[in-house]
Amino acid sequence: METTFTPIASLAGGVMIGLAALMLLWLNGKVAGISGIVGSALGDYSAASRWRWFFIVGLLSGGGLALYQWVGTSEIVLRASLPVLIAAGLLVGYGTRLGSGCTSGHGVCGIGRLSPRSIAATCVFMAVAALTVFVQRHVMGA
Amino acid sequence: MKESIAALLAGVLFGIGLAVSGMLIPDKVLNFLDVAGHWDPSLALVMGGALMVTIPGYYLVTRKPRPVLAESFSLPSATAIDRRLLLGAAMFGAGWGLSGLCPAPALVNITTGLVDVLVFVGAMLAGMLLHKLTQRA
Repeated sequence: METTFTPIASLAGGVMIGLAALMLLWLNGKVAGISGIVGSALGDYSAASRWRWFFIVGLLSGGGLALYQWVGTSEIVLRASLPVLIAAGLLVGYGTRLGSGCTSGHGVCGIGRLSPRSIAATCVFMAVAALTVFVQRHVMGA
Repeated sequence: MKESIAALLAGVLFGIGLAVSGMLIPDKVLNFLDVAGHWDPSLALVMGGALMVTIPGYYLVTRKPRPVLAESFSLPSATAIDRRLLLGAAMFGAGWGLSGLCPAPALVNITTGLVDVLVFVGAMLAGMLLHKLTQRA
């Protein structure tokens, strides 16, 4: 499905994501890596993890309201079959924990502090993701 | 308590940013990754916008002796570009490319109640737990 280029909204949303990450570092001294926050919070209900659960609640409520208000749920369509989605979910969950980060942790926070490790990880997951899409759409013709 | 409120507000702003940026829409993500197709460069601007804030902001904030509400900064200490990092990033990239969902948008999209999203997030959490369990063994 084709989508239109939305430079202003995407830039504005990106700035907000950056401000949210900066706020978490400035106030709490924490990195806003979503896979790290969720992966560490899973099964951990101690006081040390409390901020993670609050962050997740905020993410879902703020993001959910904004989704209904400005995006529309009809825009959210997954085109892969259920077995592929299960495989993809497992890869994303296991891979982000093994590689210590995802788009937010490495891409926004890690590159934000100019970490060579995060720059390397971001290059790898972007390249592999692009290659995966290329194979799916242009080689297999899905 | 103040730390929890701060985290809640940061989460709210992060979530709104995701929605405004277009990152929640899997088609938009896949079209960004599809450089050989109908390329939609929007998501480059999401990352650019975020980095415009975090690069100077992180530099300034980490020069302070401590964060406002906590004793110290909790920043990752690892520096090695090792096999785990690269293999993990590659696995994540494959899953992201197959679905169009990375962890934060996947979580927010739970609010649609779509079965496809719930299945993906269930598998993602299972993958995270699997990593947690295998690390302990």
